[in-house]
Amino acid sequence: MINYIIKRIGIAIPTLLILIAVSFYLMHAAPGGPFTSERPLPPQVLANIEAKYGLDQPIWRQMFNYLWGVITEFDFGPSYKYHDRTVNEIIGHGFPITLKYGFWSFIVAVGVGIPLGAIAAIRKNTWIDYLAVGVSIGAQVLPNFVMAPLLIIVFTLWLDWLPGGGWNGGAWQYLVMPVIALSTSYMASIARITRSSMLEVLNTNYIRTARSKGLPTKVIFFRHVLKPSLLPVISYLGPAFVGLITGSVLIDIYFSTGGMGYFFVNAAFNRDYSVMMGITIVVGSLTILFSLIADLLYAWIDPKIRY
Amino acid sequence: MNYLPKSLATGFLLAFFASSSVMAATHPVTGETLADDQTFTYSLLDEFTSVDPQIVEDVSGSDIVRDLFEGLMNQDADGNLVPGVATGYTTNDAKDVYTFTLRDNAMWSDGNPVTAHDFVYAWQRLADPATTSPYSWFAEIMSLENVGAVMSGDLPTSALGVTALDNHTLEVRLTDSLPYFAAMTTHSSTFPAPEWRVRTFGNDWTKPGNIVSNGAYVLTEHIPNERSVRERNSMYWNDDATIIEKVVALVINDENVDFTRYLANELDKGTVPSGQFIRLKQDYPDEATSFPRLCNYYMTFNLSDSGPEVFKDVRVRQALAYALDRSVITEKILQAGQINAFTFTPGATAGFEVPPVAFGQMSQSDREAKAQELLADAGYGAGNPLSFEYIYNTSEGHKKIAIAAQQMWKEVLGAEVTLANQEWKTFLKTRGSQDFELARGAWCGDYNEASTFLDLLTTPSGYNDGKFSNSEVDSLMLDARTLDDASANYTRVEEILANEMPVIPVYHYAGVFMLKTNVKGWPYNNVEQNWYSRNLYKTAK
Repeated sequence: MINYIIKRIGIAIPTLLILIAVSFYLMHAAPGGPFTSERPLPPQVLANIEAKYGLDQPIWRQMFNYLWGVITEFDFGPSYKYHDRTVNEIIGHGFPITLKYGFWSFIVAVGVGIPLGAIAAIRKNTWIDYLAVGVSIGAQVLPNFVMAPLLIIVFTLWLDWLPGGGWNGGAWQYLVMPVIALSTSYMASIARITRSSMLEVLNTNYIRTARSKGLPTKVIFFRHVLKPSLLPVISYLGPAFVGLITGSVLIDIYFSTGGMGYFFVNAAFNRDYSVMMGITIVVGSLTILFSLIADLLYAWIDPKIRY
Repeated sequence: MNYLPKSLATGFLLAFFASSSVMAATHPVTGETLADDQTFTYSLLDEFTSVDPQIVEDVSGSDIVRDLFEGLMNQDADGNLVPGVATGYTTNDAKDVYTFTLRDNAMWSDGNPVTAHDFVYAWQRLADPATTSPYSWFAEIMSLENVGAVMSGDLPTSALGVTALDNHTLEVRLTDSLPYFAAMTTHSSTFPAPEWRVRTFGNDWTKPGNIVSNGAYVLTEHIPNERSVRERNSMYWNDDATIIEKVVALVINDENVDFTRYLANELDKGTVPSGQFIRLKQDYPDEATSFPRLCNYYMTFNLSDSGPEVFKDVRVRQALAYALDRSVITEKILQAGQINAFTFTPGATAGFEVPPVAFGQMSQSDREAKAQELLADAGYGAGNPLSFEYIYNTSEGHKKIAIAAQQMWKEVLGAEVTLANQEWKTFLKTRGSQDFELARGAWCGDYNEASTFLDLLTTPSGYNDGKFSNSEVDSLMLDARTLDDASANYTRVEEILANEMPVIPVYHYAGVFMLKTNVKGWPYNNVEQNWYSRNLYKTAK
């Protein structure tokens, strides 16, 4: 196991470096730069600005300097667009927000999705099953850019229960709608995966044996059905978790949460290179980390898998 | 000049003290009953880039800077020039030396006096290459002495044409005569900066807690991409006249959510989602507002050597401009009070009378007949159809206009037009390097005077992406700078443009917003929409 983890980390570092190099080149390949604007700066002034930020150097050198700053000082550089903020500050501000609503969305998606799928599987072809499947399909077909404005109209405009947006330090009133909007489609997927995998497990020989030897249903379910049914769910949860905590542009746009997703997309439009790179590195590292965790969980649940 | 009559000041004072008592306060001038909560909340579609006067480059940032800082001159509700930190100014006959007299009671929020040195520092800072301001070009259009050499680093910032003769006298020396120079000092780039804070905190000086400002408000909270809060500055020289206690700017990136939150009373001022103005004007006649803006929308021909041969023929350019039915675009597509444009300069520009250019006087059917005639003369027709590419920056709105234009040119002229859209910065790069045939363009005035538009089409202009060059236009615009009344020159330039048609004027912008009926004092008649929160107030409902 330890060897496996070391090996995976060994692979992760070059993966991250390749990701950084490719992103860096792609980013600079896009026409225009951070200081391209409708009112072009006089050439001399532009040259001054570019020299200040080191943009006049060859790309490989810029990348090396950037990486060096990240590795030695954990400094992701200044934002080119927002003069009073560094990339560290932008990530330091946006990431906790994204993490908070992403984490709660994950809890809701798992907490509702797994029971919903399980109930549907156990009560297969009853009205409960149809209702659960109906709910999950409904949740799946409603994308969050439809969901978000609908929620605001219902909860803010009609019922006047919740504020229409903002973050306010993450008070619960501000968290409810982003979490619902973000978690529903994940919840639906989890429910459907759980249902189908559980149906498969329920039809296996060992469950039939357990039934025939008279084990109580509860014992069968919790001891023999649940764990193997969750295997496909776990492999879905790894990437889903990363997706949830690394930011959703749509949630940030609709609910003015101030999370990282919007900064990321905006940075691409602004050619705010350092912000783009900083967020790429953070998201890339998290993706690698959580896929490792998911793999380890897999091994823990499935005794057939040994690293 | 005494800006505030004594009796009025006393009135304000009384009103101020009354507001702290149990009795409902009333407005000192109009006598309206004021709301207990004087918090003004409005929305921004996007996070502002900075509140540093010399750095800010966007409209929403400038709106905030105008509350936090005060420049030499301000604008009143009609856009007229009124005293700010300066009580007045004098100028020489050549209009290239201006001397501003500063009031002696202006203070920074930390109690330091506002002096002429603060302006000198700020203007030098704007031009200083070390500041790397994206708005340093404003120092250039102000024509300050030596500005080019200072911006390129060839001369020290002290060589810039601005000097503090004493603490309350500021002398400005210009390379050109600029009759409208004083109006330029209402622009946020020219506002003073507190040198001692900038030196202490560097780029962080604008953060709440660090920032010191001389306007009616101070920044007390800023949560990026969520909200910023500015509160009344008790040190402001005219603080007694301020009624709004607190201004909250919320960032709402989606215009529909913005409007929903306005309806939910979370906002006092909100956005009108695009294309919905007419409906909202019917449903909320007192809240939905449209006003002309100092911005134009045009299409520019690439007249440089790399441009297509067909556009070198003026008849082709005219035919395309004539065939465009502007009413369809303004009345059917945009529907928010935009104005059909036949001139480059918007009619709302101060001192600019829209000249009756010939093609603007015709009916649309006459224009179309003329367009067909012109194109046939140029040798294009059924056997030899005109074809070219029109590029625009990616946006639903521009796309609709492009498709409408493509249809009109096809129906009237049988032209085969291909459309292409590009992401904003890619588009700027393409247009700036003359790698196009016909491209979308738009320009918003930097100050309220026709030259802010017409200079764009002169040969030396860095923004003239179509590379139109006409010696008569160049000399008329150069002469206009020294004239007290340059309107004849502007009229002549517009006539030349209507003949030469280097660009197709499409429409002049309108701005739209929703404003709650109990918010009073909005400067509807200020065409630049330079608003100051200190002039607003909320009445009791």
